[in-house]
Amino acid sequence: MKIERRVEPSRLVKIAAPVVSLLLALGAIAVLFAVLRVNPLVAYREIFRGAFGSLYGLSETVTKTIPLLLVGVGLVLAYRAQVWNIGAEGQLLMGAIAATGVALRFPNLPAMFLAGFVAGALWALIPAALKVWSRVDEVLTSLMLVYVAREAVNYLIYGPWKGAESRGFPLTDEFVEAARLPVIGWSRIHYPTLILALVAAGFVFVLIGHTKIGFEIRVTGENQAAARYAGMSYGKIVLLVMGLSGGLAGIAGVGEVAGIHHRLLNPGGISPGYGFSGIIVAWLARLNPLGAIVSAFLLGGLLVGGDAIQVSLGLPAATTEIFNGMILLFVVGGEVMTRYQIRWS
Amino acid sequence: MWDFVLSALRAAIPAGTPLLLAALGEVYAERSGVLNLGVEGMMIIGAVTGFGVAHATGNVWLGLAAAPLAGGAVALSHAFFSITLRVNQVVSGIGHTMLGLGLSGLIGQRYIGLPLGARMPPLYGYDPVVYFAAAMMPVLWFVLYRTRWGLTLRSVGENPAAADALGVNVIGVRYLAVGFGGLMAGLGGAYLSIVYAPAWIEGMTAGAGWIVIALTSFAMWDPRRAMAGAYLFGGVRVLQYRLQPLGVSPNLLNMLPFLMTIVVLMFSAREALRKRIGAPAALMIPFVREER
Amino acid sequence: MTPSVEMRGIRKRFVGVTANDGIDVEVRKGEIIGLLGENGAGKTTLMNILYGLYQPDAGEIFINGQKVAIHSPRDAMRLGIGMIHQQFRLVASHTVAENVVLGLPEKFFRPDRAARGKLEEFSRKYGLRVDFDAPVWHLSAGEQQRVEILKALWRGAKMLILDEPTSMLTPGEIEDLLTTVRRMAAEGHSVIFITHKLNEITAFTDRVTVLRQGKVVATREAKDTNERELARLMVGREVLFRLDKTPARAGKPVLQIEGLRVLNDKGLEAVKNVTLSVAAGEIVGIAGVAGNGQRELIQAIVGLRPVAGGRIRIRGDGFSYVPGEQRIGVVPSMSVAENFVLKRYRHRPFAKGLFLRRAEIARHADGLIASYSIVTPSRDTPIRLLSGGNIQRVILARECSGTAALLVAEHPTSGVDVGATETIRQLLLQQRALGTAMLLVSEDLEEVLQMSDRVAVMFNGEIMGIVPASTDVETIGRMMAGIHREGA
Repeated sequence: MKIERRVEPSRLVKIAAPVVSLLLALGAIAVLFAVLRVNPLVAYREIFRGAFGSLYGLSETVTKTIPLLLVGVGLVLAYRAQVWNIGAEGQLLMGAIAATGVALRFPNLPAMFLAGFVAGALWALIPAALKVWSRVDEVLTSLMLVYVAREAVNYLIYGPWKGAESRGFPLTDEFVEAARLPVIGWSRIHYPTLILALVAAGFVFVLIGHTKIGFEIRVTGENQAAARYAGMSYGKIVLLVMGLSGGLAGIAGVGEVAGIHHRLLNPGGISPGYGFSGIIVAWLARLNPLGAIVSAFLLGGLLVGGDAIQVSLGLPAATTEIFNGMILLFVVGGEVMTRYQIRWS
Repeated sequence: MWDFVLSALRAAIPAGTPLLLAALGEVYAERSGVLNLGVEGMMIIGAVTGFGVAHATGNVWLGLAAAPLAGGAVALSHAFFSITLRVNQVVSGIGHTMLGLGLSGLIGQRYIGLPLGARMPPLYGYDPVVYFAAAMMPVLWFVLYRTRWGLTLRSVGENPAAADALGVNVIGVRYLAVGFGGLMAGLGGAYLSIVYAPAWIEGMTAGAGWIVIALTSFAMWDPRRAMAGAYLFGGVRVLQYRLQPLGVSPNLLNMLPFLMTIVVLMFSAREALRKRIGAPAALMIPFVREER
Repeated sequence: MTPSVEMRGIRKRFVGVTANDGIDVEVRKGEIIGLLGENGAGKTTLMNILYGLYQPDAGEIFINGQKVAIHSPRDAMRLGIGMIHQQFRLVASHTVAENVVLGLPEKFFRPDRAARGKLEEFSRKYGLRVDFDAPVWHLSAGEQQRVEILKALWRGAKMLILDEPTSMLTPGEIEDLLTTVRRMAAEGHSVIFITHKLNEITAFTDRVTVLRQGKVVATREAKDTNERELARLMVGREVLFRLDKTPARAGKPVLQIEGLRVLNDKGLEAVKNVTLSVAAGEIVGIAGVAGNGQRELIQAIVGLRPVAGGRIRIRGDGFSYVPGEQRIGVVPSMSVAENFVLKRYRHRPFAKGLFLRRAEIARHADGLIASYSIVTPSRDTPIRLLSGGNIQRVILARECSGTAALLVAEHPTSGVDVGATETIRQLLLQQRALGTAMLLVSEDLEEVLQMSDRVAVMFNGEIMGIVPASTDVETIGRMMAGIHREGA
């Protein structure tokens, strides 16, 4: 038996690798659960039932898919250019803030979406600008702004935008009808945002594969030296992909406050880490925008299931992070499968 | 006013100690050419492990001894992904942080709200760990710049092919360096939960690990500057607490360390450009010998 | 005791290519043997196996008649084998002393300082003088090579493998190296000299083994053979030593450079007051040892580096550029077709509005693949799967099929096998016949002299002279070493 470098992975291998990785990750978590005296079979059954076992569960999964897809698609775009936007969570929150600001004064949904997009984009353009003009790495700067955004939300809901109190958490006043997104039937699926998310996925797909800018993004992402040789402007690409991914995250934030909560509340309530789960969505989809639709749905299910076992098994919220981390590691580690193969001699 | 400043400075040292410990470790890890973005995860795993062991045994020293082992274990996993599997080091680091945060939350569930019976004996106003951390700095500086081990480590980070051609075990050195980084990060985290707080709170590192990574670049990978930076941020943390009762918004104060981190990063980027000193030349580049 | 080394039946495969196919080689004590072959013949692979960097798939190695297993450079060093690579393996930011003592087990505290006395003695003995406290990036290529040799000798190397040692040296430094090598042989060391340059075999070696496509084709005493025979053995057929070149019909100047100043990455002047012009239908070659400002000059001309002073004027619409490093010129995972339009994707017919027109791109690719005889499974194959020679052909096809009046070519045949090299040179000459102005930079002095009409010699950022290509090599060598200037 010998481990050899693959010349070129086949299509089958490219699709199988993330699937196998996902299954291995779930297996590893099962082992972890067993070690920590949580029954893995019960846990997984509850997760599956919670996410897909009922119409309600399914609707919740779709509801969670919306922000995950928006963030994930934006990150696919950024990561294709090798621009490591880790601050989507903060960009989402800024979108939520902007939407709330507009909603409380001028309740109009299109305006709210626009404001959210712009706010998210601007928040992402800060680390982008620092990267282009001061050569500062975007990983830490975008991440630091997540913490700043969280504090900004807290500041607003404890301070100038404080409304009535509820369950010990302060929040703003509820949005009026004109500032609320319609939902499908009795579910929480705020379909305008869902449509936006699907359109975004298609948009990014066409952008990357069929436009001049997409060509530049792909070249820049793989070989910066060649991009410069070809006369492409690195700064332009960085600003564009960061702005777009930030804007999409911002729209996700608008969706959450206008579609589900109808107010601005504590950061953890607005987003249980969609900005970070979005990284997994992008990576699991191997940076393919259409694949992100599938991976966002899967991860949405996992999040809903995670909520379910929190309630039924009394596990802390941090459990979702375990899933996030394990899946990310196995997916990225599983890429080894596409690079090497086992030769039986 | 003068009292205020003096006492703030004095308090900055223990506040900066967890950052110092983790930063010294991260300097070594990055000097070998491996980027370790998992520091936050390693610190918090160290925090929960340290607290748990200290609580169970009633002995703080055992807690402080167990924590580095936990941090080191996470680090070895990151090392495996980065060095052996050669995956994207940024993603591996973030994945390990998520895992660390999640695991510590799960394990730490039972420790929420529990008091720690045992305490650290104070030593001239500070606890022994503070002295240990401060003493580690010159030791690690000396090893890095004045000994054979340090020369080997620095060479591996600058030009692993050169070191390899001379028979240096590049892979081994990198594993050791990253493992050491995890050890120190775990210790730093345990300091928070066993000595500084002392308590277990979910997510208690609150981004300290990220600040440590920024500090490492700011320090130009030199242990001396790492210490200055660590105490600086300790001071910022102290300032947060002291200014709050004076009416400044707590949220804006909470933003301070993170905004400072961005400022620090801008500053070191500019300095690196000017002085033409940079990261270890082989940072983030996986080492492969047999490749065509 | 100096080892006599014997390698028998060495076989080594990499993905898709057999680098060594049953090779037998022998080196006796005090001997300087040459390992000759073109790029890709398997010389470096074979030596990397001897030095423990690669493991052979089959075959045995004997030192002084004893069979040995060399699993790592450490084993090799213990057996007295040292290797100096073509790309120096030195830590640029560390001092000479630090580089020499790296990895050695003695002296825990300040190992670089502790060894000083002995190091000085050593360097005197072998005539390899160097400043031990200088950081390596301060040193010239010749000095860095001396450090590499010192490193090996310091570790008790009785046999030295030199991999293409003269590629970075001036003619003067090459003389120094020859002296050093002969001195080492006189002291009982054996030397294996890897090269693809025929004239070095006769100058440096006692015996030569010729490799072709992974196999040994012949072994000769150096005095019993000549360059022509060696070339034939190396390539497998008679090689034309003179390119078919019509006399130049130079037209109007297309590229004009006046008083150019360019700074390098460290902020120092790399190009100092260069004035140069290239006319339509002529090839101007830039000769010089690598690192004398050629790279920065080209980068300034093609816009990859800012101009600090002086002027560059290019007539007509832009220029074509064949970069010195293949990795700049292509995007590895993108298809051959996409790489063809790497620079023209923005224009018609490849783009319309915001979108790319894939059909046009495909058609264009098919045309170029045919007319430039590029070997590829399909136009959509990721370009990294092509051989180095074919990738170079793609780059040339792309650059030569444009409408630009100026072609800048940097090391166009470096790393490419002899067959493709000839084709590439013919392509360039064709462009010249069509009236393209060409600026050619190459580390291969022979190539520069054969291809160019006029030669500009660079030393230390300055043009030492612009002379006809037929000028004798000695004069050119002296200009390259900075000891001779000629009125332009």
